[in-house]
Amino acid sequence: MRQFLIFVRKEWYHIWRDKRTLFILIGMPIVQIVLYGFALTNEVKNSGIAILDESRDPATTALIQKIDASRYFEVIRVIHSAAEIEAVFRQGKIRLAVVFPRQFRADLLHTNHAQVQLVADASDPNTANTLTNYASFIINDYQQSLNQGQGLPYRIDTQVRMLYNPELKGAYNFVPGVMALVLMLVCTMMTSIAIVREKEMGTMEVLLVSPLKPFRIIIAKTVPYLLISFLNIVSILLLSVYALDVPITGSITLLLGESMLFTGTSLSIGLLISNTAKTQQTAMFTSMMSLFLPTLLFSGFLFPIENMPFPLRVLSNVVPSKWYFIIVKAVMIKGLGLAAVWKETVILAGMTLLFLGISIKNFKIRLE
Amino acid sequence: MRTLRFLLQKELRQILRDPAIFRILFIMPIVQLLILPLAADYEIKNINLSLVDHDHSTYSARLIQKITASGYFRLTDYSTSYAASLATIGRDKADLLLEIPARFETDLVKDGKTTLLVAVNAINGVKAGLGGAYLQNILQNFNQEARAQWVPFSRTLPQPTIEVCYSDWFNPHMNYRYFMVPGILVMLVTMIGSSFASNNIVREFEMGTIEQINVSPIKKTWFILGKLIPFWIMALTVLTMGLLIARWVYGIVPLGHYLTIYAFAGIYLMAILGLGLLLSTYAKTQQQSMLVSFFVTMIFNLLSGLYTPIESMPGWAQTIARFNPVSYFIEVMRMVVLKGSGMADIRPHILAVLGFAIFFNGWAVLNYKKRSG
Repeated sequence: MRQFLIFVRKEWYHIWRDKRTLFILIGMPIVQIVLYGFALTNEVKNSGIAILDESRDPATTALIQKIDASRYFEVIRVIHSAAEIEAVFRQGKIRLAVVFPRQFRADLLHTNHAQVQLVADASDPNTANTLTNYASFIINDYQQSLNQGQGLPYRIDTQVRMLYNPELKGAYNFVPGVMALVLMLVCTMMTSIAIVREKEMGTMEVLLVSPLKPFRIIIAKTVPYLLISFLNIVSILLLSVYALDVPITGSITLLLGESMLFTGTSLSIGLLISNTAKTQQTAMFTSMMSLFLPTLLFSGFLFPIENMPFPLRVLSNVVPSKWYFIIVKAVMIKGLGLAAVWKETVILAGMTLLFLGISIKNFKIRLE
Repeated sequence: MRTLRFLLQKELRQILRDPAIFRILFIMPIVQLLILPLAADYEIKNINLSLVDHDHSTYSARLIQKITASGYFRLTDYSTSYAASLATIGRDKADLLLEIPARFETDLVKDGKTTLLVAVNAINGVKAGLGGAYLQNILQNFNQEARAQWVPFSRTLPQPTIEVCYSDWFNPHMNYRYFMVPGILVMLVTMIGSSFASNNIVREFEMGTIEQINVSPIKKTWFILGKLIPFWIMALTVLTMGLLIARWVYGIVPLGHYLTIYAFAGIYLMAILGLGLLLSTYAKTQQQSMLVSFFVTMIFNLLSGLYTPIESMPGWAQTIARFNPVSYFIEVMRMVVLKGSGMADIRPHILAVLGFAIFFNGWAVLNYKKRSG
């Protein structure tokens, strides 16, 4: 046991005395959660739009004002012919063009029927959909204000309730995702690099001839990273509660426990990678390609898993961050207990044991 | 000039003879370009609906039929109470619940007015917003049909109505791949440009081979050029492979000119390689350089507008995005590929990226010292 602690201390010095790396390890997660928490959002606001008003009457003026005043839109171009629409889209400044035909108000007053055309830049389909939806809500609103006092007969009203995140804030979805991303990154990449470095530098030889069992050497390597990850989890949670206003509705102990479990999973993957990689560069790129991107893609925080083709949906089940993301969402945001996430917990624990088992079994005690 | 040729020869051999690097450089991007766009389908469909029908009338049955026929919703759960339905949302078995009150049909027909309750799991704001909007559209449609049954037909509309017509340009089928593939390609090219180049130089430091170069008559400009040119060529090769995959596999043929893309990519890569070089002059070990370049590329990528639109970001993040070369390339790529923008349209982007190239490279050359210690 004493030998083991000495090895932990050795590892700790490795990290502690490399101030630049330590700074990155502790500082970067904080920077990221702040950056992404605030900046990574799908909410649509202040989208640039162009107006083509061929009728220029009080009705269109009122509507344009209403659209410009909403927080979703900002009129940044007024154009005068239909041919110009394509040109402004090409410059990439606007996302939507609103076209009022000639005699808009006259049509509205005399035939009770007028048309507005919304031309969306659908290169980004979701934003285009959201924008046309918002714009038609505003137009409908205006129409209803015209019909004041005389409600339509046979009306079905809808009352819409937004659960868990009534303001539709992006951070509610991104904080759990970024947590998974950062923990994965710190643990997996750092442990794999730390071990491969010993190989590359040749110091692995010294370790292997030491009286400590190889298995313990490896475990000793991961302990400091476990500590750092715990620090990171705490700082991320503090930031998300106090800076991003994403509350922790469930039990904090459960959340911390699950996070430590996920850290364990990431560490064991790091060990696995370090077994096969020969150089730091390979270790780094394997971690990046096999973990960072899958986490981004398959954890479900950026892209909906249910839309993927079947093989990818199956594949997403082997990505540990997917399960962690589900757990964090359930515990932190929905406020559910262990009963709701026991299945995910068991899966993560199983993965950890599996990876640990494989990497211990494959650990080479001989030099080549 | 001859020195440079030898240096290039050395670098190319070093890269091409390392099978791991070669795999990562060429196979990985192809695999990613084949898999990522399949995964990165952000279209909102397959919304799981939990239904609570207290009415069980012909009207409620017709409404349910209309909702499931729309193609956006999958009826995954049929609960007997609001609380039970809410629990399915908690378990992620449903995204959205619709409660039809008892006396739904009677209220509608007799009183002319009834209210439905919709509750949406809003953790993912976009999905919630669009899902709610789709459902409301369907309900409105249903409402109009029901009204048409009861209100006598008249030639003029009873009230002023404004009809909204939509048209979706540049991607009329709303195919998410057209949007993502060009962006992902930019991300891959950027990763090769920045992390590989910076790592390569730091490796010489760590291995001690930099000493040999420092005592040789090679000038530092030659040395730096010798490091950058191979990666410049390789990144352009990856870009070419990517464009071919986009064309053959995804059927994405740029509306604009390929030359516009290459012209911009050439300048852009100078900026990105300069950034990698700059990072390498500050790092002492490969671990440091990897971590730093990794975090920088990650921030650049996530804040580039690839996944989330830049206009949605708060003001300060938009300012960061303006200093992010990646966001310019993604914008240009999408503009040229989807909208057919030409050189004149992307002039501001070119100037900005040219500025980055001069700035990063200048700083890096100033900071690179041909002395050890």
